[in-house]
Order: sequence, then structure tokens, then C-alpha cells
Amino acid sequence: MMTSTDFSAFFGRKRGRNGFDWTDALAYTYLVIGILIVLLPVVWMAVSSVKSQAALGENDPRILPYDQALVTPPNGGRPLGVFTLTRENGTVEEVALVAPRGANALVYALSKPNETFEVPRKSLTRKDVLQPHFENYTDPTIGQASTFKFLRYFWNSTFVTVVATLLTLLTNAMAAFALSKYKFRGRDAIVLIIVATLLIPPTVILVPLFITVQSFGLFNSLWGVIIPAVATPTGVFLLRQYMLTIPDELLEAARMDGASEWKIFWRIMLPLALPALAVLAILSVIWRWNDFMWPLIVLTQSEVFTLQLGLSTFKGELNDNMHYLLAMTVLTLLPVTLVFVFLQKHITTGIANTGLK
Amino acid sequence: MANMPQTKETGSPFRLLGLAWALLGDVLDPVFRAIQKHIGAHRMAYVFLLPNLLVFGLFSFWPMVLNFYIAFTGGTSTLLAERPFVGLENFRELLACPDYFDPKTCPVAGYSFWTSLWNTLFFALLQVPIMIVVALATALVLNRDIRARGFWRAIFFYPVMLSPVVIAVIWDWILKRRGILNALLSDAVDGWNAFVKTPVFTLAFAFVIGVVVASLLRAVLPKGWRARMRSPLHIGVLMALAAFGMTMFGSPPQFPALVLADFRPINWLVDGRSGWPMFWAIFVYTWGHLGFYMLILLAGLQAIPRDLYEAAEMDGTPKWRQLWRITLPLLTPTMIVVVVLSLIRAFQVFDEIYVLTGGGPGQATKMIVQHIYETAFTGDAKRYGVAAASSVLVAGILMLLTMLQLVSTKKKAGG
Repeated sequence: MMTSTDFSAFFGRKRGRNGFDWTDALAYTYLVIGILIVLLPVVWMAVSSVKSQAALGENDPRILPYDQALVTPPNGGRPLGVFTLTRENGTVEEVALVAPRGANALVYALSKPNETFEVPRKSLTRKDVLQPHFENYTDPTIGQASTFKFLRYFWNSTFVTVVATLLTLLTNAMAAFALSKYKFRGRDAIVLIIVATLLIPPTVILVPLFITVQSFGLFNSLWGVIIPAVATPTGVFLLRQYMLTIPDELLEAARMDGASEWKIFWRIMLPLALPALAVLAILSVIWRWNDFMWPLIVLTQSEVFTLQLGLSTFKGELNDNMHYLLAMTVLTLLPVTLVFVFLQKHITTGIANTGLK
Repeated sequence: MANMPQTKETGSPFRLLGLAWALLGDVLDPVFRAIQKHIGAHRMAYVFLLPNLLVFGLFSFWPMVLNFYIAFTGGTSTLLAERPFVGLENFRELLACPDYFDPKTCPVAGYSFWTSLWNTLFFALLQVPIMIVVALATALVLNRDIRARGFWRAIFFYPVMLSPVVIAVIWDWILKRRGILNALLSDAVDGWNAFVKTPVFTLAFAFVIGVVVASLLRAVLPKGWRARMRSPLHIGVLMALAAFGMTMFGSPPQFPALVLADFRPINWLVDGRSGWPMFWAIFVYTWGHLGFYMLILLAGLQAIPRDLYEAAEMDGTPKWRQLWRITLPLLTPTMIVVVVLSLIRAFQVFDEIYVLTGGGPGQATKMIVQHIYETAFTGDAKRYGVAAASSVLVAGILMLLTMLQLVSTKKKAGG
């Protein structure tokens, strides 16, 4: 039992002479409600992803995966649903429903499977058991149960994410190095050009970008998704700002020792810029994993679909495969969720400091 | 310093990684060394810039120029040479409307364009203020001296990590006709109706009525009367006791007016006659993006010097006045960035809503980017020219918004 002093000691960090007041209570109430709105849909969906197809179809509002208990009749055959029979005198018994008979139902008691009898249907309540269905996950991945080629999509998404991130890091770091550590004619103009690309809304150049990508023969190729995404102006800026803070003397010393420019970049600059590279890497992974519009335009054959495309197509196709759809949604959000759980601090501070997404 | 990656911890995986790193660089070194010998050290900058500028040029700048050209061509070919020049025909098809506010009067392409443009404007003008108010409220709450700020901040930010498709699938599942929301609302209505009939409700209702009426009376009555009155809490308890007596010795009161009608499931995303599809489009998009703006605003709040508040505290300035006189004025630069950024983003909304509603029911939630996408890439006739012309018009609107940002930031900086 919590007394009120415990309660305020728990929440109330002493704020001047005020202590814990009603505005604090309001603040925590706001936060708790907010968290419910943010997290409940995701958690509910994740828990529901192990519900049976039937439970999802009948729209059971209980959060845990319940199914009706089933029993195989003594003479074999189709499994029968189990009900709890409440008699008028209050006794309770578990029965299996054999067949409905108008307002009555033909049942037998589980304890005496060979004696069937009729009871009013009103006296029966369904007996449910807790039963998670992990085959929702295994069927579309390692089984052949559905049209959802999870492993293929997962591989495509991983390939796009990894290759695009590596190329983004390399090209952006090279450009940032040139723009932060060299003085050359046209440098300011190039910086300005890169600023200008920030202002080009990607949704506005869909048609010409598509035509360009197609003319390179990259239509329906994962490279058509990867290459246009590689040169991110935000990435160049992030890295350039960081590299400007690294003293030139370090590079000069290496030059004195006869290191080539490439070696200075690779062996000195990149290791020193590791914190900024890490932030860009995290952002790039999330961007590319979650990309939807551009892959939707470039990739039209299911062989080259990314997870996001597969998922959205699967959603449009059928409604009775909800159990697979939810399970695959969980698998799709799992990687970014894990990245977020472990690197949460870097992501939020990185975005707060640079203001990019 | 040149051996940075090779940490001194022998046998650590980082050492191996560092060695591999160094090796990879050394393998590439002869190539770049040869180039350097050829062009000189200081021109290596151009070499470093080349890959990035190549991609920028080919996939950002060239398409931008190309867009204008395509906007003046017709046909369905992707080969530029096979696209006939049609002059302003595409623009005419989009703009030749007797009445822009009634897109039904337009040609086919114009109908789609103006419908989705008005939808987008409606969406953006409603979504942006709502989101900013909620994001600011959340940031203000998180800026207080609260426990575990990092934890709360992370949870609010989490939906930003999720892909639009995942967000749409989750909310579609919740909002289906036989979905969780309808089930919960139905349960809530049933629960309320059962609760209204219980004596507990009668007591609680009498108590609340007593407190509210007494408080109102206190506010209205002249001073002398007020002093003679008992406190509202007292009166509430008395009312509850009276209600208890009535339930014990008389007929329990019924409240037929408070019994709700049975809940009929709503087709949240499909019912075209209601405003629900657009409501949920705004809600779901806000749900997914709020955390980002909350984070930016929180960073802006934390940059405000603490001693300003301490000084105000010394002067006995009330909290709400501190909010209006210190917090909000100093937050203005961040606020401008947030408003313009969210406006530009909201104008380009596509992913979430396309997967959630497909633009439906009918065209109720079709946004301008979906119009461009569908005109160019779906259907039998791929009308690249019309789509490109639409893009030009949209780019104009976005340019206007960006100008707005530049002007308002300049004004702030100047003033």
C-alpha cells in the first residue's frame, strides 16, 4: 500500500519550494495517456499476431490469443467445440457440441463421451483456451503456406539497405572530406548546389527520375532503388560539419610522412569521423529499410519486391489472411525496433542536433 | 595517428576490423596514388567529389530539368525521342476548368488534379496545426523536471522509426469494420449502459451534480450568501446520501436520457458519406510523425537559458506568463522551422494514406502525390506528360512555401 507521501516521493523531484503539485500529476497523466496511444496499437498488433485465423476473423477484443477448446469425438472424425454447460440447479459441466437442434443442442459430457443428450443452447458458454499460433510466423517464412515470399523480400530489403548504406557512407564521406579539408575553385558553388538539392522535393521529380533510371536499364532492378538514394545532401552536410571540427594539423603531419591523399582520407579522416559516420549509418539504414514510394515505382515484379512492397501488396490482396499479415508486419518492424532499442540515444540526439530525417 | 583503427587491445574483434579496414584502404591506394601523381595533390578534391556529384547530377538535377521538358510532351513512351512536343496541352488539360472549386466540371486529368489538390490543402491545413499543438504540448511536458525523460521521449519518438506501410497495416487492422476499435467502443457502450442502471451510478451522479451546482452557486451568489453556504463537497455528499435514501426506501431513480443507443460498428475507412476517412488519414499521419517534431521542439526548449526562468521566478511571475513571455517568444525560430518543414512534408504525403485507404473511399483521401503517381505509373495509359505538368505546378506551390520560410526567418533575424 502506497501512502501519499511515498507517492509524491516516488514522482516528485523537489522543484524549488513547490514539491509535487497538481500540475505534475497532470503532466504524468498526459504522458501515460500519450504512451498508451503510441504503444498500445503496436503492442496489441504484436500480441495479436499469434492469434488463430478464426480468432482474428471473429474480432475477439481480448488482447491475448484465445481459441475455442476442441476435442476429438470418441468415434474419430472432425474435432468438436467444447462448451461449459450451466444447469438450472447451478451445476457446471464441460460438454462437447455434436450438433445444433433448433433452440437446443445435442451434446455429450466430456466425462461420459458415449451418452449424448439435448440441452437448451442458452445454457452453453464457449470454453476458450490460451493458444498462441507461432505457425503464423513459420508458414510464410520457412513453410510454403502463402504467396508471401518473405525470405525473398527480406533478402531484397537487406541487400538494398546494406549496399545503399555502405555506398552512402563512402560517397558522402568522400564529398564531405573534399568540401571540408581542401581549398579549391568552385568549392562554395558546389556547397550551394548541394544545398539546392535539399530544396528539390523528391516527389516532384518522380516522372523524370523514373525515365532516367529506366534509360540506365535499372527498371525492376534493386540497383534502381539503391543508386538514386546514395547521394544524400543531408549526409554530406552532417559529415562536413563534423569534419570541419577535426584539426588540419593531423592531416599535415601525415602529408609530411608521405601519405597519399587517399590514405589520409581512409586511415585518418574516416576513423576520426566515426561518430558522425555512425549517426549517418543509423539514419540511412532506417531510411532505406522503410522506403516505399520509390521502390513502388521502380520495382514492379514480385521477385524484386522489398519487404515494404510485399507487405503492402499482401495487405491489398486478401482479408482472410490477417494472421499472416500481422505476423509479417511484426517481422518487418522488428529490425528497426531493435536498432531503436539499442541505439535510441544516438538516434534521438543525432536527429535533435541536426534536424534531419 | 595513422594507425587509429588498430586499438591496443590485442585479440579484440575491433583490432581485426581495424586491420581489415586498413587492408581495404591499402588495396585501393595504388589507384588513387596514380591519379594523384597525374593531377597533383590539391586537385584530388575533385576526385573525392566526383561520385557524389555524379549521382546528384544524374538523379537530382538532370531529372529536374527533364521534368520541364516532359511536361511539354505527350504520348505514353518513356523514350524521349518518341515523345511528341505538345506545347501547353498538358497544362491546359489540368487548368481548363470552369470552376476550380468544383472539380467535376474539369477534364478527366483536371478532375483528378483539383480533387487531390483540394484534399491535400485541406489535409495540410488541418494536420499541421493539430500536430504542432500536440507536439508542443508534449515537448513542454517533457521539458519539465520529470523522471526518466529519456524514456518518455524515446516512446513518443518510436513511431517515427516505423515504416509507413507498417503504420498503415496496424491502423487498418484497428479500423476495420470488424476491428478492434469497433469492438472496444461496442464494449464501452454496453458497459456504460449497464453501469447507468446500478445504484453506484446514482450515488456518483448525485454527488457530481451536488458539487457542480454548489460550485456554480458559490460563484454567482453575493458575498453574504456565500459565507453562509456549506462547501460544495459537503453538498455533494448530502446529495449522495439523499440519493442513497431514495434507492433504499423509494423507487431507484432511472436515467433513460443517459442510456446510449446500441453501438453500430462504423466503417471508419470506407464510409464515404462521413468525414471519418479524412479524420483517420490525419490522425494516422500525425501519429506517425509527431515524435520527430516533438524532438525538434524539445531541443529548442532545452536551448532556452535556465536563468531566465529563475529570474522570472524571483519576480514572482506566474507560470503561464512565463510560458507566454519567455518560452514561446524564444522558441519562435525553432517553431518557424517546424511549421515550414511539416507543411512541406504534409503537402507531399503519400505512403501512409495510399496504403491505408488507397485514396478512397472514392477520391475522398486522394492526395496530390497519389494523383501524380497514378497518372504516370498505373493504369493502361501512362500519361507521363500530364504527371510531369502536375509536378511542375506542385513544385511551384512548394517553392512558395519555401520562400515563405526564407522570408519569415529573415524577418526574425532582422527584427
